[in-house]
Amino acid sequence: MMDRLGFLTGRAARAILILFGVIVLNFVLLRVAPGDPASVLAGDQGAADPAFVEELRRDLGLDRSIPAQLWVYTKSLAQLDFGQSYREQRPVVGIIAERLPATLILTLTAFGFALAAGISLGSMAARHAGSLLDTVLTSVSVMFFAMPLFWIGLMAILLFSVWLGWLPSYGMATVGADLSGLSYVADIASHLLLPALTLGLFYMAIYMRVTRASVLDVLDRDFVRTARAKGLKPGLIWRRHVLRNALLPIITFASLQAGHLIGGSILIETVFAWPGIGRLAFDALMQRDYNLLLAIFFITSAIVVGINLVADILYVAADPRIELGA
Amino acid sequence: MTALVEIENLSIALPDDADRHLAVEHVSLRVDRGEVLCLVGESGSGKSVLAAAIAGLLPPKQLRVTAGNIRFDGVDVTRFSEASFRRLRGKRIGFIFQEPMSALNPVLTVGRQIEEALAAHADDDRTGRSARVLELVRATRLPDPENIVHRYPHQLSGGQRQRVMIAMAIANEPDLLIADEPTTALDVTTQAEILRLILDIRQRLGLAVLFITHDFGVVADIADRVAVMKEGCIIETGAASAVLEQPRDSYTRRLIEAVPVLRADVAGKSAAGDPLLSVEGLVKTYRERRAPWRRATSQARALDGAGLTIGRGETVALVGESGSGKTTLGQCIVGLADWDAGNIRFDGREVGGTARERALRPRIQMVFQDPFASLNPRHRVRRILTEAAIVNGLPRKDAEKRMLGLLSRVGLDAAAAERFPHAFSGGQRQRIGLARALMLQPDLLVADEPVSALDVSIQAQILDLLAEIRRDLGLSMLFITHDLRVASAVADRIVVMQNGRIAEDGTPDQVLSRPRSAYARALLAAVPGLGWESRRQRVGRAAAEYPAISTRQLVPPSS
Amino acid sequence: MARPREILSRNPGAAVGVALLAAILLLAVFADLLYPGDPWRMAARPNLPPFSPGYLFGTDMLGRDLAAGIAHGARVTLLIASAVTGLAVAFGVAVGAVAGYFGGRVDDVAMRFTEFFQTIPSFLLTVVIVAIVAPSLTSIILAIAVVSWPQIARVVRAEVLSLAGQDFVRAARVGGLSTPRIIWGHVLPNVLSPVIVAASLMTATVILIESGISFLGLGNRDFVSWGYLLGTGRTAFRVNWWLSTIPGVAIFLTVLSLNLVGDGLNDWLNPRSSGRGKRA
Repeated sequence: MMDRLGFLTGRAARAILILFGVIVLNFVLLRVAPGDPASVLAGDQGAADPAFVEELRRDLGLDRSIPAQLWVYTKSLAQLDFGQSYREQRPVVGIIAERLPATLILTLTAFGFALAAGISLGSMAARHAGSLLDTVLTSVSVMFFAMPLFWIGLMAILLFSVWLGWLPSYGMATVGADLSGLSYVADIASHLLLPALTLGLFYMAIYMRVTRASVLDVLDRDFVRTARAKGLKPGLIWRRHVLRNALLPIITFASLQAGHLIGGSILIETVFAWPGIGRLAFDALMQRDYNLLLAIFFITSAIVVGINLVADILYVAADPRIELGA
Repeated sequence: MTALVEIENLSIALPDDADRHLAVEHVSLRVDRGEVLCLVGESGSGKSVLAAAIAGLLPPKQLRVTAGNIRFDGVDVTRFSEASFRRLRGKRIGFIFQEPMSALNPVLTVGRQIEEALAAHADDDRTGRSARVLELVRATRLPDPENIVHRYPHQLSGGQRQRVMIAMAIANEPDLLIADEPTTALDVTTQAEILRLILDIRQRLGLAVLFITHDFGVVADIADRVAVMKEGCIIETGAASAVLEQPRDSYTRRLIEAVPVLRADVAGKSAAGDPLLSVEGLVKTYRERRAPWRRATSQARALDGAGLTIGRGETVALVGESGSGKTTLGQCIVGLADWDAGNIRFDGREVGGTARERALRPRIQMVFQDPFASLNPRHRVRRILTEAAIVNGLPRKDAEKRMLGLLSRVGLDAAAAERFPHAFSGGQRQRIGLARALMLQPDLLVADEPVSALDVSIQAQILDLLAEIRRDLGLSMLFITHDLRVASAVADRIVVMQNGRIAEDGTPDQVLSRPRSAYARALLAAVPGLGWESRRQRVGRAAAEYPAISTRQLVPPSS
Repeated sequence: MARPREILSRNPGAAVGVALLAAILLLAVFADLLYPGDPWRMAARPNLPPFSPGYLFGTDMLGRDLAAGIAHGARVTLLIASAVTGLAVAFGVAVGAVAGYFGGRVDDVAMRFTEFFQTIPSFLLTVVIVAIVAPSLTSIILAIAVVSWPQIARVVRAEVLSLAGQDFVRAARVGGLSTPRIIWGHVLPNVLSPVIVAASLMTATVILIESGISFLGLGNRDFVSWGYLLGTGRTAFRVNWWLSTIPGVAIFLTVLSLNLVGDGLNDWLNPRSSGRGKRA
């Protein structure tokens, strides 16, 4: 019997703590890595320029004590100041901000598809548990759940792009074509289809399994029997009694998975050359630009923490067992 | 006039992997209009299955009707479609279940759930229904009707939730109300109110009630007719007074005799010398874990200045309803919990709670309530019995000898030591639990509701066993229970607890015939079947002395 | 508990899973016999398609035998998977048991710690760790273990929490048994089943993560795993489709078999009781 405001305040505090934890994690990793933190952060190209490295060293306060260094690092990350990219000679945060929308489009589409398809198929499977339909659906979900994300992507490209030639296989828009308005949107959509589907199918499989289990659990509960004893129509029992209770834990679960979904975008964006921060991270890997990589990690964590907070608010609104006020 | 419900030669099959073939076997039964028929039986007798079948509520994949038929108001419903049953359910047959918390949807308000029952069978407008909902809420005597309809089930007490269930069941003024153990999960005082409510409603609406229970006291208070079931068959039916006072079948007779008599005439032996255990002014508050910036809600006081004494060789029954603090007190005494104020003295010395001295622990032992949770499913009985003794210094060979001795003492054979708990029934597991407690040769045994989870015939056996052991070993015992009948069967003294305090403390004849506190009076008045007690004692019972040895000889010791 | 043969016949999926897993295990064990030598050496003409004589899975653009790569890759994958599982289970059980048994403050701290590793994007974290600390077998194993142990800790905590409230644990305390003895001898044996199920499902995830890391190029050249094969084959995959398909099938079959076996274990160890008798 918790009170809502207190619950949410606690969650917000926890979110901030997690972000601080990420900062500490970054800090520790930098110091554990071979070489000194400044040259690690400067990356392959920056390290060649001694003046750049020296400036970095001063910015990080490497001559001061460890707690002081942590404080400096925390302050700058909290202000989203990730320093300059040597390669592009501009603030890192700007580079990330440019590419963020593409990733958001991809992940939101994939997430929406995965959630919608997963929940409907999962509840369908549960409703007809034990039947052929259930076996087929469950087998399908088990299969997709076992496939590596990037492999589904590669196979999808092979099938739909190389062999059938139906869909484009890389990038977000056709290079060179100068489209606008509706045809621009359609162009993006055709590029979006394969990567979003690939990313979504894997998570659809997960949501299907979880939904099916949750619905089966609720179907067994006493209050469903009470609803039958009252003479309610099956459709009503399903909607108002079964689904409303079965979907509650899925809200929390789906939000937990959000972190993995965004993290998985690095694989999908690499395979499909989608111009988002996942692809950016891959490039950073190749060029050993660890500053950029860590910055992407921090931003992604912040987004995930934000999503979890939103999910908590939704849950509090949906479950009356958490009460208002204290 | 035809009976309301006419069941003829009905058989219902269980799934293939069950321990018997038929849940219900060739059952013939009728329920007349406006009467209260009590269906009595122990667990596994098939009474719930039979009741569910009348309303077509059997889980279709597991239980099927294989023979016979059911007629409701003259119409054969045995092979009714789900759609046809739906027209009956909620409209002509109302159902209430045992566990009101899980039987209500946690995310809907109670008002909405009652309204649903109305909306399912009528096409009234919304406002008409709201008025009717309020009417029903008042009829079931729920407090604060206007506001309670906007509450959620978790905000109500157990008794209130059951009233909501009743309101839903009678919303459309059915002809038949099926109640499946509706008061078993409630406190005894709440039970009395709910029973009164059901009888009132029966009076006003003229409906028939099929009431399932295992408690003969309840049967005595409300039944017009009784049907006794055992392992799927009807053993005996008849008018309530006939069956209760002159049962024809021997099984019925055994069941009735197993119900402990509320003896108000036992003076009980008084303990000599210093008390073995003395508890004084114990206070314990449960602090809920919350973040420091949240305001403190009122804290629950589990114990509020509780105190009692237990003499050497004396048995004290600690009686109370849920929330009274009796379990907490037992846990403090046995060293499972700590307290905030007050003290406990054992054998003249003050003792601690969880930080108790190693040497003292074996002297106070416990027997637990739930036979299915009190034995580690992964240990063999040998380990369960001998581990604590060995840890406390007893050499393994001596522990083995003692174990064999105790196994036979509690009525199990030596081969039991090799088996795992799941091989035993509930009653047998309680015997093992008792043997475990006795392995350490305690001076004081705390028994926390040791028979509450058992069927009444097994209950009687275990109570007899306890009585024998007490006599032979000279044990002192603190017997915690919510059942005054059971208390009167075992106690030299009865202590009544309410809200963490002692409400009454005296010998059985004092407490049961001349209670001084209002609470003890209320508790006594709520015991079901009081009127039946006096009639019972007139019907020649062989054992006039306590303990009732005769019941043990009648029931085979296999369980 | 039903006997294994009954469960396998009732649950065809589990039977398939066990068979698959056994096959893969055998492949890993006998890799040296079947394909002796370094699988990464040039063995034949480049770009041979599958079912070419002597080269079941064909060769890549440098003439390396894909079948040899698959066989040895099985070793690497299973090696990494078992190491990670071992570490994650050990740590997860320790944290979960302590949190569940002691409750209160200890539980709060442990849960915050576990939650941290569950919330942050785990695949990214693994990438970051392996990248910054330089890819090696040790860093890969440790990095994956770091993001995997929370799954086990959660399950263990939930089980221990419910067990600690059971009467048989109370009975042990009343009998004077010490806390470590109770946790080790009374609580943990009952936690074994859920941990086995969770661990097998976790191993599946571990293999997926490892293949992802290797695909991105963070694998170790000395230990060629299936993901690494997929990564190197990517550059020419439009033409040499088998290089990107077959290692993926290997990963798929392994992960699938682990999931099926995990589900089968779940059915076997936690059967849905059809209502145990409440009284008697």
